[in-house]
Amino acid sequence: MTHLLNRAAFGPSREDVDELRRVGPEAWLAAQLTPGSDPAIDRRLSGFKTLRLSVAEALAAYPPLQKRLKEMGVTPAQLADEDSKKRLRAMVVENGEELPRQLLVEATQAKLIRVTQSRRQLEEVLVDFWFNHFNVSAEKNRTRWMVTPYERDAIRPFVFGRFRDLLGATAKHPAMLWYLDNWQSVKEGFPPPLKRRPVDDEGALRKRPTGLNENYARELLELHTLGVEAGYSQDDVREAARALTGWSIELQPRRGRMGEFVFRDGTHDTGAKHIFGLALPPGGRQADGEQLLDFLARHPATARHLAKKLCMRFVSDDPPPELVEHVASVFLATDGDLRATVQSLFESPAFWSDAARGAKTKSPLEFVASSVRAVGTLDEVQQPLARPLEAMGEPLYRCNPPTGYAERGAPWISAGALVSRINFGLALATGRIPGVVVELPPRAASADATIDAVALRLLGQRPSPQTRATLLQALSAREEDGETRTLEPAVVAGLLLGSPEFQHR
Amino acid sequence: MNRRDFFKVLGLSFPVLSRALAQGTTGRPKTLVTIFLRGGVDGLSMVQPGGDPTLRVLRPTLLHEALPLDGFFGLHPAMKALLPFYASKQLAIVHAVGQAHPSRSHFEAQDFIESGLAGARRRDGFLNRALASVPGEAPFRAVALQNALPLSLTGDAPALAFPALAQFRVAGGSAAATSFEALYAGAVDEAFCLSGHEAFDGLDAVQERRLATREPQHGAQYPKSPLGNRLADLARLVHADVGLRLGVTETGGFDTHLAQGAGTGPLATRLGELAQALAAFATDLGPKLDDVVVVTMTEFGRTARENGTRGTDHGTASSLFVLGGGVRGGRVVADWPGLAGGQLFEQRDLAVTIDLRSVLLECLAAADVPARPADVFPDFTAKPLRLFG
Repeated sequence: MTHLLNRAAFGPSREDVDELRRVGPEAWLAAQLTPGSDPAIDRRLSGFKTLRLSVAEALAAYPPLQKRLKEMGVTPAQLADEDSKKRLRAMVVENGEELPRQLLVEATQAKLIRVTQSRRQLEEVLVDFWFNHFNVSAEKNRTRWMVTPYERDAIRPFVFGRFRDLLGATAKHPAMLWYLDNWQSVKEGFPPPLKRRPVDDEGALRKRPTGLNENYARELLELHTLGVEAGYSQDDVREAARALTGWSIELQPRRGRMGEFVFRDGTHDTGAKHIFGLALPPGGRQADGEQLLDFLARHPATARHLAKKLCMRFVSDDPPPELVEHVASVFLATDGDLRATVQSLFESPAFWSDAARGAKTKSPLEFVASSVRAVGTLDEVQQPLARPLEAMGEPLYRCNPPTGYAERGAPWISAGALVSRINFGLALATGRIPGVVVELPPRAASADATIDAVALRLLGQRPSPQTRATLLQALSAREEDGETRTLEPAVVAGLLLGSPEFQHR
Repeated sequence: MNRRDFFKVLGLSFPVLSRALAQGTTGRPKTLVTIFLRGGVDGLSMVQPGGDPTLRVLRPTLLHEALPLDGFFGLHPAMKALLPFYASKQLAIVHAVGQAHPSRSHFEAQDFIESGLAGARRRDGFLNRALASVPGEAPFRAVALQNALPLSLTGDAPALAFPALAQFRVAGGSAAATSFEALYAGAVDEAFCLSGHEAFDGLDAVQERRLATREPQHGAQYPKSPLGNRLADLARLVHADVGLRLGVTETGGFDTHLAQGAGTGPLATRLGELAQALAAFATDLGPKLDDVVVVTMTEFGRTARENGTRGTDHGTASSLFVLGGGVRGGRVVADWPGLAGGQLFEQRDLAVTIDLRSVLLECLAAADVPARPADVFPDFTAKPLRLFG
């Protein structure tokens, strides 16, 4: 039971443990795979006003600082240093307005509420997985205004749908088009403009592009679909970039659809393309890109690449090859049905094997979320909850390289990160993370019984005799120090959250 | 987590640390500091080969007014903080340097370099294999100032990773630390049974010596950036004589596909920060720079020709800096392959004429790391560059 909640959810919570006990694992999993509505979460999130904004609305409601400056007649040069930027931010706040950073603050808060409180836990795990697979970073200037719509419109609706739809939604989303530069990629030799047309007030596009930008095409093949070991060439990357010329973002406010996908016929390369065995005849226009995505979504190398990654998230860092093959075959047989693909994982003996249990190291998000779920509930998200994720190496929505965060455990294990986890666990259990309601089992009649109760809640099992002895010894040592503290559940919980056992799932 | 990981996480031991601290400054071991510039640095902009006539044809909007180095090459104007070290011959530059088996995938190319193998990957890194040859058990002998241990330092030899000295402490006072010490020294997990007590004592020692709050010396001004902070911490470890032999850190933001700028702009900002951080580190160390070798590296250079969006795409060879004691500096070491059509690698990139591994082997040797070259870089024959002497 703990195993299932550690993989298909962000760890055991009291509510999910009760539910799972009541309906049994099969019914619980079936419900998670076809989740119903969760009005409580909808209510919780209804107060966040940025979550419903489109890209254009977000840009209008939270204008970039540079844009405000222009309106005020200040040149960027006058604002080159950090001090003047600070002054400008202070002015905005004094004006009763919110800064663009509010977009990221709310996105982070909403995510932490969802991963800890949502009844649709598997959906949250998968949203995290697929966002990370199709990573974009809010650190890349305009992407900040786009990550919330991206997760909401391009990732979440498709995690139980078809991979081709998910791939298409990400390919056309302004967040991806911006983050991997495809919106600027035009056919080679595209004539330079007759007059300067400043489209972007950050200076990213003072001049019009005159040729290809390979960034998206390369990551599309390498990260999103085929995988780097599939054997495609530099020419394939270039040809794919040619096929995707014209896939861009509408930037003119007067045209409507501002901030949305647009296919620019004039910048599209109309010639024939040959991409890793796919031949595209001349004149395909937008269909070139669509056919390329069709081809990639159904390629066996893509199936293997995705299956391996899913197995790494849900089973182990080095999943058995037969399991990967099996999951890949389900992916191919169902034309990329992601619900069926994920279901096949949970139904595999490898998932339930002893080797898989506790085999994964928790990512920082998994550690923080499972800690909160174990000790209580989340009322509101404040900085002391969100900030430690940074120290542990996983600031949300701000993974800069397109690879996303590691699925393997090793990159998360370092002395510094472990110390951060220990400190977070202590603060959380002793009620020093505001916004988290800690509801630990009450102190029991004996120290042993208290340890049992807390360990059952946090680890899903009684502690090993050695752990118990260590805990008792550690705690009695405190008393010898002259502290007459008794065995408080919060103290036990603080130690267990930082213990090596709780770092695994 | 296995036994080895445990050492990596908590490879501190108080007695050993005390010994290291007691050693004092005489006969101080040397330190190699590597800085991985992730994203693929445009080596042609960082160190501009203005003497190659093809450059202006390939890069009409990317050329800048480079600071003259030797008549052929010029340094990016944002990096002028490095010029004094070039003039004092403590800084050498290597150009057209890269991998024998290049890849234009960030992640593959980084893995190839960090594994130390041409065109192959493995689970341990070249720096860790080099570290295995270093005698002694000083807990701080290999430190990665970043969130996680990079592949280059991953392997059997214990090494530490933490993002900042200031964060390397257990909150909640000594009572909490004592409890954790007991918990980790106890038996919650077999892998964590080893020397937990000493580990937490080590943490205390960092606190007691107030390593995290020591001011930079010699008036060094670090840029307020992650790289500046990390190099400041590495300098603190060097100053404290805790036996640091390998210091590793990294910075990113060099994947300049779009509007990278010329003399100013996004790339100039990143290069300026790098130069200021390196210059501050060298200034901070003062005479101790004689016992330190700093080398930068990146996974690949960028296309010789600018792309359609005034940036550059993934390429092959790049340039790098070697700074520190014993460097035969004040020169650009290069076997210039040229930028004309037939001279470019696959008609698009600056070709590799110096294998990065040759540079790294000379840096390791200069830092008195006694590793056998064949253990660090299997199946590789170095070309002598005489970067030191």
